[in-house]
Amino acid sequence: MDLGVIDLSRLQFALTALYHFLFVPLTLGLSMMLVIMEAVYVITNRPIWRVITRFWGRIFAINFVLGVATGLTMEFQFGTNWSYFSHYVGDIFGAPLAIEGLMAFFLEATFVGLMFFGWERLSKLGHLIVTCMVALGTNLSALWILVANGWMQNPTGAEFNTDTMRMEVSDFGAVLFNPIAQAKFVHTVSAGYVCASVVVLGISAFWLLKGRYTAVARRSMTVAAAFGLAGSLSVVVLGDESGYALTDNQKMKLAAIEAAWHTAPAPAGLTLFGMPDVALRETRYEVQVPWVLGLIATRSLDKEVTGMSELVLKAQERITSGVIAYDAVQHLKIDRTDVAQRARFEAHKRDLGYALLLKRHVADPRMANPQLIAATAWDVVPNVPLMFWSFRIMAFIGFFMIALFGTAFVLTSLRMHTETRWFLKLAVIAIPLPWIAIELGWMLAEIGRQPWAIEGVLPTFLAASSLTRGVLWTTIIGFTAIYGTLAVIEVRLILATIRKGPFEHDEDPQPAPGPIPAAAITA
Amino acid sequence: MFDYETLRLIWWVLLGTLLIGFALTDGFDLGVAALLPFVGRTDAERRMVINAIGPTWEGNQVWFIVGGAAIFAAWPFVYAISFSGFYLAMFLVLAALILRPVGFKYRSKRCDAAWRSRWDWALFVGGFVPALVFGVAVGNVLSGAPFRLDSDLRAFFDGSFLGLFTPFTLLCGLLSVAMLVLHGSAWLAIKVEHGPVHDRARKFGTIAGLASLALFAAGWAFVAYGDIGYRIVGAIDPSGPSNPLRTTSELARGGWLANYGLYPWMMIAPVLGFGGAALALFGIRRGSESAAFAGSSASAVGIIATVGLSMFPFILPSSIDSHSSLTVWNASSSAKTLGIMLFVTVVLLPIVLAYTAWAYKVMFGRVTTQEVATNPDFY
Repeated sequence: MDLGVIDLSRLQFALTALYHFLFVPLTLGLSMMLVIMEAVYVITNRPIWRVITRFWGRIFAINFVLGVATGLTMEFQFGTNWSYFSHYVGDIFGAPLAIEGLMAFFLEATFVGLMFFGWERLSKLGHLIVTCMVALGTNLSALWILVANGWMQNPTGAEFNTDTMRMEVSDFGAVLFNPIAQAKFVHTVSAGYVCASVVVLGISAFWLLKGRYTAVARRSMTVAAAFGLAGSLSVVVLGDESGYALTDNQKMKLAAIEAAWHTAPAPAGLTLFGMPDVALRETRYEVQVPWVLGLIATRSLDKEVTGMSELVLKAQERITSGVIAYDAVQHLKIDRTDVAQRARFEAHKRDLGYALLLKRHVADPRMANPQLIAATAWDVVPNVPLMFWSFRIMAFIGFFMIALFGTAFVLTSLRMHTETRWFLKLAVIAIPLPWIAIELGWMLAEIGRQPWAIEGVLPTFLAASSLTRGVLWTTIIGFTAIYGTLAVIEVRLILATIRKGPFEHDEDPQPAPGPIPAAAITA
Repeated sequence: MFDYETLRLIWWVLLGTLLIGFALTDGFDLGVAALLPFVGRTDAERRMVINAIGPTWEGNQVWFIVGGAAIFAAWPFVYAISFSGFYLAMFLVLAALILRPVGFKYRSKRCDAAWRSRWDWALFVGGFVPALVFGVAVGNVLSGAPFRLDSDLRAFFDGSFLGLFTPFTLLCGLLSVAMLVLHGSAWLAIKVEHGPVHDRARKFGTIAGLASLALFAAGWAFVAYGDIGYRIVGAIDPSGPSNPLRTTSELARGGWLANYGLYPWMMIAPVLGFGGAALALFGIRRGSESAAFAGSSASAVGIIATVGLSMFPFILPSSIDSHSSLTVWNASSSAKTLGIMLFVTVVLLPIVLAYTAWAYKVMFGRVTTQEVATNPDFY
């Protein structure tokens, strides 16, 4: 294993995935908002709502294109860069990806063409149905990719086959209804809804501050306020916590997020602040709120939240057990009918992945002595300070979003949103925040899963393709150059579209620069 | 429901179906993009060409994505080994394909002539490069790829990027370009108004049709007389576990023609490849656009099917290791996964085809320069 190759492969995946996910949340949320806006147009039959729908549709289009373009890379990257991963779990992992393509991508991509080109050729209702199909396809695609990702976090419904040296599906229902996948789906699409709401809110606020396109801006803001409030409540309340008690790695993630080096007496306190010290394995300057973590994580007052040291001890046992499974596999490779070895394998197969962790330090895991096993057990701890701080920033932004949209909802309900300038300024400044939270969320999920590519099954350092550093640098530089150029172009085009405004032939029916009559202020 | 052997055979046919679906739909988008700077001289003409595929290319491209994902789900060995083995070639394809959606969407957002010209060439790259590299890749599949598997079934490669380009693989690349340009010009002839662009599309279509015939014949000669072809040695267990180490294969000159002796009906495929291109040429010359498009479609189906049938049961032979070649019988997913994915495909694919047909129907009719100038929704 050339660890340089592993690190470069991870770097490339991180860059391309984080970049891809700059565009996806906006697509997820804006597609739903377009449905809402267009439905209002079809129901009320007021032309202003057609203008509104078409304008946000243009922003959607510019963004959608880069989501699709960068998604191409993601679809093939498992094969190009994670060849052993693809072999090892393709029997399970490939299925949701293929279903995503058949069920979601075709729907989304076929109808998106009609959505852009079909305004003159379809009836109003027909076009609305097309827009609904785009939103449905987009959200279904999130469902299936998160079924795939959820399986990496909690690989249920699959078993190792010694004849084919890979994991094979045993219960597809378990893969589909994986609770971690479901929690992730709700959390991720809600985050997308918040992201799109912040964009619509922020751009509308910008126009209101400038006194331009106010007829479009104040209506757009109303939609964003309601949709964003629902989304931000969902993203926090129905957040990711539901899966944190399920697997050893999920427990480890929670412990790392809390920098809980040891199991505390139940119910555990929630660490608000502290300085995790990796070398000493303790957290300094801790500020804790008693009971809260135990309540959230275990939904009880008497269950413990396991600490990292205790989880490491458990990993040590599983490595020892896994080495037996590994040894049995080596015998079964030569003679698949060996009954005794088959029995040893069956007894220890759930720990096989843990033995593979040793390959980082020794070529043959069977040669590892107890000291090496004890040291290797600490490999299951992810980067604690990164987890600790990423979570806190993400969660802070989440709560801020609830406050932002709560305020927006109150202001729009009172019809005060066009005049409250401090809020409009805040809404503009808030535009980048959901992206920060979303990217940190992915870092938590994926860095928190380390050292595993598939939790408990396949370590990341074994999952990569047999490539060289040279070709990896070539593609990393290549993707960075292409993506960087496209990012600059995209931002410019979106800014130009915002400047040009919602009216296609530069005729603003309400160019009034003065204050908008605010109907309900005195009510 | 089906036994493992039948499931593998069905998924081999479905793999071919998805590749053919890609060639028939996105194939003309690639061909049109490769023709863009040549059939359109003025900005209005080029916009007409782009909008001839504008509303539907996005859905067509999904055939490519679904093809990749279906290989992952049904043929994980093929997915893992081909994409990492052809790593830089794959990067080239992805980079070119990334330019395409962006080019379509962003090109007409600014009036600047230099901006538009840059995107036109980007679109050309987005059409020409994938068409070429796909063909080169198929050529390498036919010649065998330099990989071997260890006892953990981890793949290692001995090849280099430049090693992918041999006279035979370049010939396959050019055939792929000719085939898709023919298909693209047949589509343009249906989709754009009569006038200079239409005339040029027919002219390029004629050249591409003739080139297709010549290159396909040359490829056939290479396969018949060159050092290309493999065969399996020893017993085959079509229901055995998916483990390539259990199969032995060896280089066999002319091995890719052996199937036509065993199963003469397979000759339908090459006949369709030649006959389709001839029909397309006939249609272009007589001004029968439906004949031209039917011919170019038939030709693509025939050429792709020829590759698949010639190699059966091989999918990806190894040129350096006799115990690593991937075949229909040793490289698939488990019977359970193949069964589940078959069910999903049987349910979903007809729905996909139905709404795709509806989308084409909604956008039916020729694109005109007039419409391009007035419709604000056009690219």
